[in-house]
Amino acid sequence: MATTVFMEALSPTMEEGRLVKWHKREGDAVQVGETLAEVETDKAIMDLQARADGILRQVAVAEGQTVPVGKEIAVIVAPGETVGATPAPAPRPAPASVSGSGERGAVPSATVPAAAAVAPADATRVKASPLAKRMAKEAGVDLKLLQGSGPGGRVVKQDLESLGRGETGEVRSAAPQPTVRREVPLPSPVSPGVVGSGAAYEDVPLTQIRKTIAKRLATSLGPVPHFFLTTEVDMERAAEARDALNRQLGDRGKVSFNDVILKATALALTKHRACNAWFQEDHIRYWNEVHIGMAVAVEDGLITPVIRNADVKPLLEIGREAGDLADKARSRRLQPHEYTGSTFSVSNLGMFDIDQFTAVINPPEAGIIAVGSIMQKPVVVDATVLPRRRMRITMSCDHRVIDGATGAGFLKTLKEMLENPLAMLL
Amino acid sequence: MPTLTYRDALNQALREEMQRDPSVFLMGEEVGVYQGAYKVSRGLLEEFGPMRVVDTPIAELGFAGVGVGAAMAGLRPVIEFMTWNFAVLALDQIVNSAAKILYESGGQVPIPIVFRGPNGAALQLAAQHSQAWESWLAHIPGLKVVAPATPADAKGLLKAAIRDDNPVIVLEGEMLYNTKGDVPEGEHVVPIGKADVKRAGTDVTLICHSKTVVPALKAAEQLQEQGVSAEVVDLRSLRPMDEETLVASVVKTNRCVVAEEGWPHCGIGAQVVDIIQREAFDSLDAPVLRVTQADVPMPYNKQLERAAKPSPEKIVAAARRVCYLD
Repeated sequence: MATTVFMEALSPTMEEGRLVKWHKREGDAVQVGETLAEVETDKAIMDLQARADGILRQVAVAEGQTVPVGKEIAVIVAPGETVGATPAPAPRPAPASVSGSGERGAVPSATVPAAAAVAPADATRVKASPLAKRMAKEAGVDLKLLQGSGPGGRVVKQDLESLGRGETGEVRSAAPQPTVRREVPLPSPVSPGVVGSGAAYEDVPLTQIRKTIAKRLATSLGPVPHFFLTTEVDMERAAEARDALNRQLGDRGKVSFNDVILKATALALTKHRACNAWFQEDHIRYWNEVHIGMAVAVEDGLITPVIRNADVKPLLEIGREAGDLADKARSRRLQPHEYTGSTFSVSNLGMFDIDQFTAVINPPEAGIIAVGSIMQKPVVVDATVLPRRRMRITMSCDHRVIDGATGAGFLKTLKEMLENPLAMLL
Repeated sequence: MPTLTYRDALNQALREEMQRDPSVFLMGEEVGVYQGAYKVSRGLLEEFGPMRVVDTPIAELGFAGVGVGAAMAGLRPVIEFMTWNFAVLALDQIVNSAAKILYESGGQVPIPIVFRGPNGAALQLAAQHSQAWESWLAHIPGLKVVAPATPADAKGLLKAAIRDDNPVIVLEGEMLYNTKGDVPEGEHVVPIGKADVKRAGTDVTLICHSKTVVPALKAAEQLQEQGVSAEVVDLRSLRPMDEETLVASVVKTNRCVVAEEGWPHCGIGAQVVDIIQREAFDSLDAPVLRVTQADVPMPYNKQLERAAKPSPEKIVAAARRVCYLD
């Protein structure tokens, strides 16, 4: 029987996808699990996999074309079968859901019922009641991120309802609630120069990631009541400690200032749980785990990969992960679980020679720190003016969660840890 | 509204229809002089005489066949089986004659006949006399099958059955005959093919019919005490089946338990489940569960018989499972 290939929701918040490249051509034999095409979601380029064995037919979307989630883009037929002889599976109610105002993200296993029924047993298949699948689709929740409470881990209505109420437990702590993820807004690091083409301006269509950024930004600084706290940190001892560590490490690796800042932030958060929190409509979720979102500028946008449990990871591991995640982000190969679930974020523009800036909170998180450049400054130390390496940190706080003194307390701890790295051992 | 027993509601339906239409007559074992094994025909012989209230020999196939012939000739027979366990002897007339003649005559010969009597188990009547036949009967195209649970529905559905131009099976219940309920006087006809929500609820739909309506309602009360709001839907008509009402309820509650007196294999509940999974797939939060008689001949032993039958406790347990409470 013919199986329709749909544009699937390959990220929790994807509403439409741009077909980057077909890996299979019309008439090619395909097998379940094979990559049919690469699709640019609002976050990354993902593989669209075949959900049936057969021959690819009726490829309806050209490379470069953007279509809504749920749109039929091809058909997989049995060898010898002619398209149209067998009716494709019942059409999905895609367009209505895609054009809706709410955030949507269909779930692959829910969007291709026919294929799911015939596909061989797949360990990655999400078990969910039909109702739960529908609810998840409507709410834009990725079922894969839910821990089902039903038999055999089946995701059921109750799991989605409790998700809506923001109860913990049902959500795997490693990859929580994707629907509320937002990118940290940061300017793109590369802005094109003025082109002397003669035209007064050029209209450039929004890419998927810019559309997402545009939409998400409007949910942060506007609705979230921000306030900002700035402090200047003396980085002399941190620099000395880093130099000493790097000398000792030699070829075995390097510790960057960014790694030190990520680690110190994570440790400071363990002492200030009040800042390691999510605002959740009718309650505040205080996290006992620290997952640091790290803003990474990518071509034409930005994304915040997450270093999980950064408070307990050694500096070298943080450095290695940060490097890997940044590389993946730049090549747009981050998987959804790698950019969701952070509890606090760090945005560092030090490398761009920025003294100080304010970052926009990454909801539902309650805080983010914006890290400026480390620069030599004349500082009065014991009545003497000395050159010191100084760095400005500005914390943006969601006032619904964090009050001024609370944020200041956290910043003080962070400052102490950076000014005296041994304090991290305390 | 007067309160009547189920048996008197049936009696009223028969009397009113026999008064209304002289072509209606009642035939069966002990329906006349003895006034019915379960006294459903009380007073009818006296009122309508032996031409219209006809006692028969103990020969189910024979008098069912006479009934079919009378229907072919233009009368509207009501054939009473002392129980449906005995009617199995008459199945050839029901299935091969009553259900087929309209079709095989190219639509020329309708068979407006009613076959009625108690169905399913009573108490300690043992394996041969404790069987629920509805899935056998509802399987047959050409038959309509109704199974009223309340006195009002018994009256309304029997009247509808007598007026219907097709063969209609009316499944009653020995354990229902004495139950009481409000019964509208006079013209009260319940359309065949309409289920009835006997109790509204939001968390789980209990679909039942005939005798299982009673344990389903009890189960709903127990569930209410446990914080689960159960909706009880009485099928009333097994063929045709009211898909719309069933689906609407499950779309509302997302969970469903189907209870019936019959055995599980190929039972009425299997048909209901087919409808639910097909028409309410995206509304289901759990697989539909069924509560049936145990898949064994009915034991005579009282304790074993009780254990084999559907009960409020079994329905509650199933409802809790589909709500993921157990």
